[in-house]
Amino acid sequence: MEAPIDTNLATRPDERSGRVVSIKKQDTVSNTKRINRSFRQIRAENVFRRTLIIVALSMIVLVLGIMLTLIWKSTLSIKSAGIGYLWGKVWDPVRDIYGAYPFILGTLLTSFLALIISIPFSFAVGVFLGEYYPKGWLSDLLKNTVELIAAVPSVIYGFWALAVLVPIVRNFETKIGVEPVGLGIFSSSLILAVMVIPYAASLGRSMIQMVPSNLKEAAYSLGATRWEVIRSVIFPYTKSGLFAGILLSLGRALGETMAVTMVIGNTSLIPKSIFAPGNTMASVIANEFTEADHPVYLSALIELGLVLFLVTVVINMIGKKMISRFTNE
Amino acid sequence: MKILKSIALSGLAFAIAGSMLLTSCGGSGNASKADSSANTAGDANNILGAGSTFDNPLFSKMFSEYNKTNGLKVNYQSIGSGGGIQQLTAKTVDFGASDAPLNGKQDSALSGPAIHIPVTAGAVVVTYNLPDVKDTLMLTPDVLAKIFLGKITKWNDPAIQAINKSVKLPATGIVVSHRSDGSGTTNIFTTYLTKVSKDWEAGPGKGSSVNWPVGLGGKGNEGVAGSVKQTPGGIGYVELAYAIQNNMAFAKMQNKAGKFITPSIASVTAAANIDIPADAKVSLTNTDAADGYPISGLSWIIIYKEQKYGDRAMDKVTKMVKLIQWMVHDGQQFSAPLNYAPLSDKAVSVADAQLKSITFDGKPVLQ
Repeated sequence: MEAPIDTNLATRPDERSGRVVSIKKQDTVSNTKRINRSFRQIRAENVFRRTLIIVALSMIVLVLGIMLTLIWKSTLSIKSAGIGYLWGKVWDPVRDIYGAYPFILGTLLTSFLALIISIPFSFAVGVFLGEYYPKGWLSDLLKNTVELIAAVPSVIYGFWALAVLVPIVRNFETKIGVEPVGLGIFSSSLILAVMVIPYAASLGRSMIQMVPSNLKEAAYSLGATRWEVIRSVIFPYTKSGLFAGILLSLGRALGETMAVTMVIGNTSLIPKSIFAPGNTMASVIANEFTEADHPVYLSALIELGLVLFLVTVVINMIGKKMISRFTNE
Repeated sequence: MKILKSIALSGLAFAIAGSMLLTSCGGSGNASKADSSANTAGDANNILGAGSTFDNPLFSKMFSEYNKTNGLKVNYQSIGSGGGIQQLTAKTVDFGASDAPLNGKQDSALSGPAIHIPVTAGAVVVTYNLPDVKDTLMLTPDVLAKIFLGKITKWNDPAIQAINKSVKLPATGIVVSHRSDGSGTTNIFTTYLTKVSKDWEAGPGKGSSVNWPVGLGGKGNEGVAGSVKQTPGGIGYVELAYAIQNNMAFAKMQNKAGKFITPSIASVTAAANIDIPADAKVSLTNTDAADGYPISGLSWIIIYKEQKYGDRAMDKVTKMVKLIQWMVHDGQQFSAPLNYAPLSDKAVSVADAQLKSITFDGKPVLQ
């Protein structure tokens, strides 16, 4: 505990001055001056620490405040639809029937599909940069390119997906014999996968670089090949870090709005397959919020925001649990 | 330990203050806007409006022209019709603009009676993507409703072929596109379908967002247009002005009189040449006019009938009413070049009557 010490120092300056003198014997400044300065220093120290605590606490307040606002504003909808809101299959603003099931399904489907598509890429990039080529112009170029992927605004991905990806997906759909729409869950998962790669990749890279070299050298000295080292030393050692990267990707994918809304096809129907159009919670909110012209409608949209918020929280909590389980093993 | 406690206390105080701040912000975001409008309330040369995005290009032109001659500044925020009505309800703007008249709930939310002044007219056209069809497609209301209900799924369906006898229609599947964002365009389109089809009325109904039985949603006119252009066999609906500017193919619609009408500025103006009720709250969809394009709609400026509220001055109110009067008359010359339909004579006379009914402290503003 530091606080009691501070209290003593603040209330009994004599002791403090003694200590200062003992520390800085060569100092030529007079005693009283030193007392003043150390007082100021203590005060600054306290002020600084209090500021830190307050700023840190304000984060908690902010999140709680957002959640309370969401709950408060969605009471109208919660009252009228009840818990059935979560599995209601119809979203009909004309008749004030609101069911979020198609959008919850759409959100989870696109996010997890994107994650599955992105994992091989992000792991490959992570291993390549972390283990095979940690230095050199090629790795610098790759590293910067991957970081750039994260920095590009999502609307640009949306445009690119609409202009380039969707026609390709449409051709692909014609070949495999499903309705050639192009827009839909599959297209949005693809573009989401591209967008989330950097998160898992860069965290994976730094984790892999942090593997102690004596562990790796030990494995090599026992005759392990590179692949065996990666599989039996690096992966087990970095498991929780890699998982955290995936979790970060998932968080990004769940909340992504603009790129998804441009290619998902935006329909309130329940998607029949991964090639069918669908909708996500975030894109419904973005689409319909401006023209939500009656109170229950507006409230239902805010409740959708609350559900999205809670889904993110739950997935994060599950992820944290899994990380700690992995590390304890 | 004292200091620890004091830290905890100050943190707590900060937290409470913070949460109060948060809830007050969330509670009524209008409060701050109300302040800003109160600031401009004193400035008679500054008028604030909000609403329809459809009106925005025309309004921008009109307001800048009016500013040249009268020096009146109009700040118009194109946030959507629904948003404009909300802002008017909260009295944070001087006028709202909407592509749909106030509905019962919106009307009762207002603190006083409001009047609708028609300022321009627009239309929604049915655009399609059939690369091999050179002639203009013709559609009847019944067929259109069935397509958007998902009951007609192929282009060579006998019902479509029967209307377009001279055209060889392909066996392509129909891919329906609609707006994913709530919009006045959707409102006009679904109002029309509700009028002409019992099935539509019983199904999706009318509104700025509805529960579409089939199809893909695109954001904005450009979203729908993009999805139609990219998909062979696509069909969708966009604003007339947007379709003209982008050289899109659009269908001739059969109107109530049985004629197939090409959507154009002239046929939209013709659609408004009907007996408009005194409150101007009329939907032009499925118009009785023989030469009128059936999926047309008026766009209104909505203001309170009694203009003395808050700290509004007579001077400012007079200037605003004069502006609207100018928009209805001289301002109409800017409509056609921007692909808006000028008001019909009947619409103008109703607008004039509405303007005369505006009062300030019980006395009419226009003498």
